[in-house]
Amino acid sequence: MPPESPPVAAPAPDASAPSPPHQPGLLELFLAFAKMSLAGFGGVLVWARRSIVEQHRWMTAEEFNETFALCHFLPGPNIVNLSVVFGSRFRGVAGGLAAFAGLVGPPMVIATVLAALYARYGDIDVLRRTLAGVACAAVGLLFAVVLKMMMPLLKRRDVTGLVILAAVFVAIGLIRWPLQIVLLVAIPLSLAVTILTRRMVKA
Amino acid sequence: MSSESNPVAALVWTFGLMSLFAVGGANSAIPEMHRAAVDVHHWLTDKQFADVFAISQLSPGPNVLIVTLIGYSVAGVAGALAATVAMCGPTALLAYYVSRFLDRSRDARWPAIIQAALVPLSIGLMAASGLIVTQTSDQSWIAVLITIVAAALAFATRINPLWMLLAGGLLGFAGVV
Repeated sequence: MPPESPPVAAPAPDASAPSPPHQPGLLELFLAFAKMSLAGFGGVLVWARRSIVEQHRWMTAEEFNETFALCHFLPGPNIVNLSVVFGSRFRGVAGGLAAFAGLVGPPMVIATVLAALYARYGDIDVLRRTLAGVACAAVGLLFAVVLKMMMPLLKRRDVTGLVILAAVFVAIGLIRWPLQIVLLVAIPLSLAVTILTRRMVKA
Repeated sequence: MSSESNPVAALVWTFGLMSLFAVGGANSAIPEMHRAAVDVHHWLTDKQFADVFAISQLSPGPNVLIVTLIGYSVAGVAGALAATVAMCGPTALLAYYVSRFLDRSRDARWPAIIQAALVPLSIGLMAASGLIVTQTSDQSWIAVLITIVAAALAFATRINPLWMLLAGGLLGFAGVV
């Protein structure tokens, strides 16, 4: 569920120990990403970190954080971005495709089967009730991620950040303005505020 | 509506564009998915959207696969494939080129600044996602209570979230929700 929160340190065997530089092949990339994706109930990120840093040692923890930061600031599903960036770093375009196919392919097959089952049986009352219960819990998990991500802002008393957060919430959640329009205003505004406050802190 | 004549094209266009605006990942894009799928194109009802959200959270893999489910309900397997590739493709391409560019320039300042600027936006978007799914899924006091308990448990404990989803499903199955 919380794939967007920054990577949480999992209990790590000493990942900084020097490891022989091993270059994963295409099949290896595909399989590694398929495995972490299928293990990733409720967020693939933790598994990606475990697999890449601790199990295979394809990256150090720092390299992983840097790569993830890049993928987090780009739009779109972060972990998908990560698979492409990671795979292409080792094996070029083919590597990026292999990692991407591993990450998205197998779970997509599962999702398609579930969608077909839902299309056929979705009207059955018991199933509808069950899914309604799951949705209630799932949205609770989403709110927990929101709270966790808000804590640093609250601790820093980052008033401008919280105001921007609230404004986006109102514009999208309550007024239901289209995402593109809201972002075209909010991104430049937030960037300007961030750069200004950084200058003020430095000065 | 012209988009109804070729639903696969409408899926590709909708999610391809959304992909580039999905700041903070798939869960931030849920309000926009809801707007497109329920309000604009009438692909799904509110209840179906909540169901699809639930299924996507229950199944393994990245959360972005909610678009696979939306795509399937619009145009079967072709729709599932088209929606998924459209939602992942453009941003994956962008990520590829940006990472190559950054590898060469080695200026790590800008990603940090942009990321700091985007964090409040993506939190606000995710909160809006929560609100929108709540409005479609939480139709009773018990349902609201389940949401609150799940949020509190996930915030304060390290219990595997899958257990909470299963508990919610069991309560729904028992007819409590």
